[in-house]
Amino acid sequence: MRTKLHLPKDRVDYARQLARKISAPVADFIDGHSSVTVERATLRLAGADGANADGVPVPNLVVDRLKAAGSEILEEGALLRYVNALVKEGVSVEQLNQKIASGFDIMTPALGDRGAIQRKTEELVNRSTARVKDNRAHRDRKQEEFRDRNSKPLLYLIVATGNIYEDVKQAKAAAMQGADVIAVIRTTAQSLLDYVPFGATTEGFGGTYATQENFRIMRAALDEVGEQQKRYILLTNYASGLCMPEIAAMGALERLDMMLNDSMYGILFRDINMYRTFVDQKFSRMINAYAGIIINTGEDNYLTTSDAFEKAYTVLASQFLNEEFGFRAGLPPKLLGLGHAFEMDPSIKNGFLYELSQAQMAREIFPEHPLKYMPPTKFMSGDIFKGLAMNTLFNFVSKATNQGIHLLGMLTEAVHTPFMMDRYLAVDNAKYVMNSMEGFYDDIEFRKDGIVVQRAHDVLNQAISFMEQVAGVGMFDSIERGLFAEVKRPKDGGKGLEGLIKKGPAYFNPFEAHFIRELGLGK
Amino acid sequence: MRVVKPYGDTMDDGKVQLSFTLPVPDGAKGREAARKLVLSWGFKDCEVVHSSPLSDEFSFYVAYGKSESSIDYDSVVADEADSDGTMSMDEVNEFIRQNIGRKVVVVGACTGFDAHTVGIDAIMNMKGYNHHFGLERYPEMEAYNLGAQVPNEKLIEYAVKVNADAILVSQVVTQKDTHIHNMTEFIELLEAKGLRQKFICVAGGPRIGNKLAVELGYDVGFGRGAYADDVASYVVNKIVEKKQR
Repeated sequence: MRTKLHLPKDRVDYARQLARKISAPVADFIDGHSSVTVERATLRLAGADGANADGVPVPNLVVDRLKAAGSEILEEGALLRYVNALVKEGVSVEQLNQKIASGFDIMTPALGDRGAIQRKTEELVNRSTARVKDNRAHRDRKQEEFRDRNSKPLLYLIVATGNIYEDVKQAKAAAMQGADVIAVIRTTAQSLLDYVPFGATTEGFGGTYATQENFRIMRAALDEVGEQQKRYILLTNYASGLCMPEIAAMGALERLDMMLNDSMYGILFRDINMYRTFVDQKFSRMINAYAGIIINTGEDNYLTTSDAFEKAYTVLASQFLNEEFGFRAGLPPKLLGLGHAFEMDPSIKNGFLYELSQAQMAREIFPEHPLKYMPPTKFMSGDIFKGLAMNTLFNFVSKATNQGIHLLGMLTEAVHTPFMMDRYLAVDNAKYVMNSMEGFYDDIEFRKDGIVVQRAHDVLNQAISFMEQVAGVGMFDSIERGLFAEVKRPKDGGKGLEGLIKKGPAYFNPFEAHFIRELGLGK
Repeated sequence: MRVVKPYGDTMDDGKVQLSFTLPVPDGAKGREAARKLVLSWGFKDCEVVHSSPLSDEFSFYVAYGKSESSIDYDSVVADEADSDGTMSMDEVNEFIRQNIGRKVVVVGACTGFDAHTVGIDAIMNMKGYNHHFGLERYPEMEAYNLGAQVPNEKLIEYAVKVNADAILVSQVVTQKDTHIHNMTEFIELLEAKGLRQKFICVAGGPRIGNKLAVELGYDVGFGRGAYADDVASYVVNKIVEKKQR
């Protein structure tokens, strides 16, 4: 790629070194720990599913029971007891799920022959990883068949009715209008539930529950409309909150294509405990990597809470950190949809040039990454006409800097959840802009001493200074002191700390071992 | 009496711009249906200037209508907290020093399951919004922003703990009227605890007007376009008014 910004390579390399240095102690901590949701995700991959009469999911019934039995039990991994029960009871996974849902105590069968457990587990790992590999192969095949039929960047639209069946109608209409990616936004507060609800759902606030059945329903609908439109329509959901790895596991099994997944979002913006989040993000990302799911990181959140011009460097620093945590979980650059956003105050003089600079900088520093670009939200108002104009500039910057994933802005962003016609106007606007400037990226360069180039150099330098500070203080202490997003999070504060598990010497998790081997993460 | 009508390019022409979706295929029949529908709303004439398909079963229309309706402007009473009396940040602080003589304590949160901090942040955070600094920046105020997804119970507990003068309740999500339930529950809880009179209760959010807030038992409601100085001015005036009573 020809550089337009002339960023010094040694400075960019140095920033990556800093990211490695910052994340190293965190990575050591992560490797010694699991969590209740990592264990539940492992069970889900093995086939644990369903719920009891009160709606408590089977994976929770198992892990809660093991936790109550004494801390040393979970230190060995939940899978051990689940598979032991399978072997001892001589039942299928489905039968065991049913029994557990009806009150069967997973601790009743005494721990039997390790060899038999090992063999049975291998069978489950093979079955489940084969399904995920099939999903991956199917996606690859379809994307090859419909090659060059998607827009560049990919047009990404959100549906959020609360009712999965209504979502399907809206998603199909959106795909017919030209959306390449459909995200089903989650119901408010699902991120703070320490379980994943079961089955199809029709009630949600500001969004729809992420459940495996809902994933399956939407996947089938998008495959159907994709065949009509001769485009592969990507499905997105949110592997964030207290159940990151479980949702990643469900997504892998039901062939989702993208997952919102940030290494620090939960800590900073949802007040989830920092140790828990770091442990959860690693396992969820390993699953994403194995399933070929593109992650979308949440840097846009730094800009909705702080000033987008002054704090632009926090976005770049977070991109470096998300990249490094992604690498450590086996995600290659092409699956790292690092985030950023068009959120500067529209009254800033030359604001457009600064946005252009930021987007081009991300493009050059992360050349193979499918960058996820987020539209204006903070300064959108009831003036929908102004909003449409702002979205047009956003579309322009996205195309001019060759972004990867383009979340379409809604002219009614500040008014209501989008009407069908709002989405249509968004797609229409984007298609107009992108078609009319198809060759712009290859045709345009920036003045070496101009505003755009200078701004990128400044932001890179600020990001490096900031990362030097974080490296000096240490990641955990930096979060505690409020260095990120001006939010202070105590190490032992936040939600979910009680769900952290120290791995014992005999920790048993052949799924994790399989991912480590296949993703080349062994030391 | 001053009678007014919408203005296009000539006084009293009554021109109105409309756009909407119909659950029918795009085409001549759809456009005629759209036109007749607009006429049925009382418009004198209607021109459908654009239509396009949204899917096989939905279509989008842009139309202009000519309205015959008018309103007596002088008879209108505004449903918004009176922002004409808004003081600047400096004036508010001076007002507190002169008339209250101690720090004014304000606690705010986005309550219930609502995860949107934009509203409460715009009013409370240091930075504020659109060049109106937030309450945290006011030297004569102690402002506590508890963030989002705060249960009503917790918010009240906290307000009691810091001996707050005012509680700000922000609600952004309005799907299925969840904001109404939340806001009502908050007031009911306060009343059950016998604490309603202790606090000035302020509701805010893009879809919340003063009228709705007052109906639900709040002292005041601030909707779209309100800033920290509007809220601060109201609160300090109300404290003085309460003191005099």
